[in-house]
Amino acid sequence: MSSPLAGAPLAGVPARARRRRGGRRGRLGWNALGLAVFALIIFPVYWMIATAFKRGSDIFADTPVWFPIHPTLSNFTDAIHRPHFWADVKNSLIIVGCVVALSLVLAFLAALALAKFRFYGRKAFIVLIIGVQMIPLNALIIPIYLVLAKANQVDKLSGVIITYLTFVLPFTVWTLRGFMIGVPRELEEAAQVDGSTRFGAFVRVLLPLIGPGLVATSIFAFIQAWNEFIMAYVLLHSPEKQTLTVWLASFTTNRGTAWGPLMAGATLTALPVVIFFVAIQRKIAFGLTAGAVRG
Amino acid sequence: MLFFRVRQGDMANITLENVSKIFPGGIVAVDDVTLEIADGEFVVLVGPSGCGKSTLLRMIAGLEEVSGGRISIGSEEVTDLAPRSRDIAMVFQSYALYPHMTVRQNIGYGLKVRRAPKDEARRRVAEVAELLGLEDLLDRRPAHLSGGQRQRVAMGRAIVREPKAFLMDEPLSNLDAKLRVGMRASLAQLHTRLGTTTVYVTHDQTEAMTLGQRVAVLRDGRILQVDTPQRLYHEPRDVFVAAFIGTPAMNLVEATIDGDDALFGRFRIPLDPERRPALDHRKVTLGIRPEAFEAAASAPAGAPTLEVAPAVVEELGSDAHVFFPVDAKRIGLDTGLTQDDEGTFLAQEEALFSARIDPRVDAAVGRPLTLAVDPARFHFFDVESGISLLPATPAATEPLPNELQSAAR
Ligand SMILES: Nc1ncnc2c1ncn2[C@@H]1O[C@H](COP(=O)(O)OP(=O)(O)OP(=O)(O)O)[C@@H](O)[C@H]1O
Ligand SMILES: [Mg+2]
Repeated sequence: MSSPLAGAPLAGVPARARRRRGGRRGRLGWNALGLAVFALIIFPVYWMIATAFKRGSDIFADTPVWFPIHPTLSNFTDAIHRPHFWADVKNSLIIVGCVVALSLVLAFLAALALAKFRFYGRKAFIVLIIGVQMIPLNALIIPIYLVLAKANQVDKLSGVIITYLTFVLPFTVWTLRGFMIGVPRELEEAAQVDGSTRFGAFVRVLLPLIGPGLVATSIFAFIQAWNEFIMAYVLLHSPEKQTLTVWLASFTTNRGTAWGPLMAGATLTALPVVIFFVAIQRKIAFGLTAGAVRG
Repeated sequence: MLFFRVRQGDMANITLENVSKIFPGGIVAVDDVTLEIADGEFVVLVGPSGCGKSTLLRMIAGLEEVSGGRISIGSEEVTDLAPRSRDIAMVFQSYALYPHMTVRQNIGYGLKVRRAPKDEARRRVAEVAELLGLEDLLDRRPAHLSGGQRQRVAMGRAIVREPKAFLMDEPLSNLDAKLRVGMRASLAQLHTRLGTTTVYVTHDQTEAMTLGQRVAVLRDGRILQVDTPQRLYHEPRDVFVAAFIGTPAMNLVEATIDGDDALFGRFRIPLDPERRPALDHRKVTLGIRPEAFEAAASAPAGAPTLEVAPAVVEELGSDAHVFFPVDAKRIGLDTGLTQDDEGTFLAQEEALFSARIDPRVDAAVGRPLTLAVDPARFHFFDVESGISLLPATPAATEPLPNELQSAAR
C-alpha cells in the first residue's frame, strides 16, 4: 500500500464508472426504475396481506383503503373455520413432502447416470428432458387425466404426486446434472481407491458437494407442488382430499367471492413457502468445491 | 515410534504382463507393457506428455479398465478387481482432497470406510499428522491450506492406510520449484522409512533420477528401457532415452563409421576399440554427452581433439557450458521437454553441440578452442530404429536391495 503507484488505479475507478453509467442523474434514473419494478412486483403481495386484515366495509369502499386502519383478524378465523381447512393443509403437506423427497432421490440417481456414465441414448435422453419442459401444461391436462383414470389414480393424492413429479423431475435432473459435472472426477476416484464402492463414493463425496444444487432443486420442487392449482383442481374431487390451492377456490361461489377470508387464506397458504425458503436459502450461496484441486 | 516400522506383511510386488490400453476411437495409450516391480521398490515412470504414464498408473489402481494383459499385486491377480479391493493408495496430481471434510477427516476417510476401529483410526491419523507436520492443521478444510500443505495431506491420506503400494501421479508438479525440491527429499526419506512399494509418475527427469531405484522411460505407450538411473544415463539402449535423460541433453549427430574412425562434420575421431559398433562404412547416430568433452589442456595426452568455434559460452560457476556448431546434420528428437538449457530460438540446420568444461579454461565466443573428447564415452544408435549399437553390458537386472539403494541416495 505504501507503493506510490498503489493509489493510481484506484483513483481511476470512479471516473470510469461515472462515465459508463452516464453521470449521477443517470444512476438516479436507474435506481428509480428499479424501485418502480420492485413496487410493481410487491404491490399484489401487499394488497393480499392488507386486504386480509381489513374489515368488510373497507374492502368494498369506493375510495380504496390503502392501509387497514381498523385491523381485524376475523377474516383469518373465518378462513380457518371453513370446512376441510385442516384436512387440506395436511393433503398439501403430504403432497409437497412426497414430491420434494421423491424428486431429490430420483433426480440424484438420474443425474448421476447422465453425468457419470456413458450409455446408448444418453444424448437423446438429455434432449428429451429439455424438450418435455417445452410442452405447455394445459395441453397435458386431458391426457394425464385419462392415463391416471385408467390406473385408478384419480381423486387420490398419489395420482397428484405422480403428476407433479413429471413436471418437477426434468428441471431437477437437469440442474443436478450440471452440479455433478462441476465436481472433479478425481474426488470420486480418490474415494474409490480409499476403499469406497463406486456408489459409496457418490454418496459420501459427490452428494455433499452438490448440496447447493439439492437446495435449489428442493426449493423449486416445493414451490411447484405447493402452488399448483389446475391439475389438483381437475384430479381431486372430494373436498377432504383437496389441496390448499383448490380450497382457496372454494371462496368463490355462484353467490360471489368472500374477498376478506380469501385473502386471509391466501396469506396463510403463502406462509410455508416463505418459511421453507428462508430456512434453506442460506445454504445455496455455499461454494463447497473450493479447495478440491490445485494449489 | 511403532508406525515407522518397515512393512513386514505380505509381499507387495507388482507385475504387469503385456498390459495394453486402447481408448475408444482406437487411441493406443499403453502398448504391451511388461514390468516387474519388486516388493518395496521405488519405480519411476517417466516420459513426455501423452506417453501413457498416467493411464498405466490408473490401470494399476483399477481406475481404468485394462484392454489386454494381466496385472498382479503380491500373489493376487487384480486385473478385474475394483480399486478398493487392490489395497493400494494413490496420490493425484491435483491432490483430490475432499473439500467438505477437514484434514483429519480427509486422512481418516480410508480407515473409516474400511471400518477400522475408532481408537486405532484416531491414533493412526495422529501419527501420520505428526510424521508430516500437520498437527496444527487437522481441523482445517482443504480450501484454507497452502499448496504444500495440501500436498502433505494427500500424502497422509495415502500413508495412513499402510497399503501394499503407493501410486503417485506427478504429486509435486503443482508446487513451486523450491518446495518441490524439499518435498522430493521428504518423499525419498519417507520411502526409506516405510519401505512401501511405490510407482511414481513424472515427466521431470530430475525427479525420476533422484527418486527412482529404477526408472522406466516410456514413449508412445511403450517402455523403452527400465534400469537404474546410473545405467539409464551411462548405457541408454535407445536414442530417445539418451536424449531424454541428462541435462544438458546428449549431443546427437549423424556420423559415419569409417574403419576405426567416426566421421562427423569436419571431424574425424578415432574410435575406442573396446566401445564401438561392429560396422563399417555405415551411417549411425553418434551420441556424445557434454561432459565427455574436456579442455585439451587438462586432458590426458593422446586424447583425440577437436578445433571448435564457440558460439555461446555459459559460465555456471561450477562449470562452463560451451556451445559450438558442428557441420553435420542435426538429429531432431521431440523429447517433449522444455529444455531451458539448450533450447534454441534460431532455426538451425546444423547441429549445435554443447560441452561441459572446467570454468577455469578461458573460453570466449569468437576465439577458437581446442577440446578433447573421450571416445570411450561415445554412444552409437541405429539411424532407422534408434536402438543402441553397443552390446549391453551385463548388469544387475535385479534392483538393488532396498537399504543399499536408500543409502546410495
Ligand atoms: N479417457 C480418455 N479417452 C481417450 N483418450 C485418452 C483418455 N485418457 C487419455 N487418453 C489418451 O491417451 C494418451 C496417454 O494419456 P496419459 O494421460 O496417460 O498421458 P501422460 O503420459 O500421463 O501425459 P501427461 O504427462 O500429460 O500427464 C494420450 O494420447 C491421451 O490423449
Ligand atoms: Mg498424466
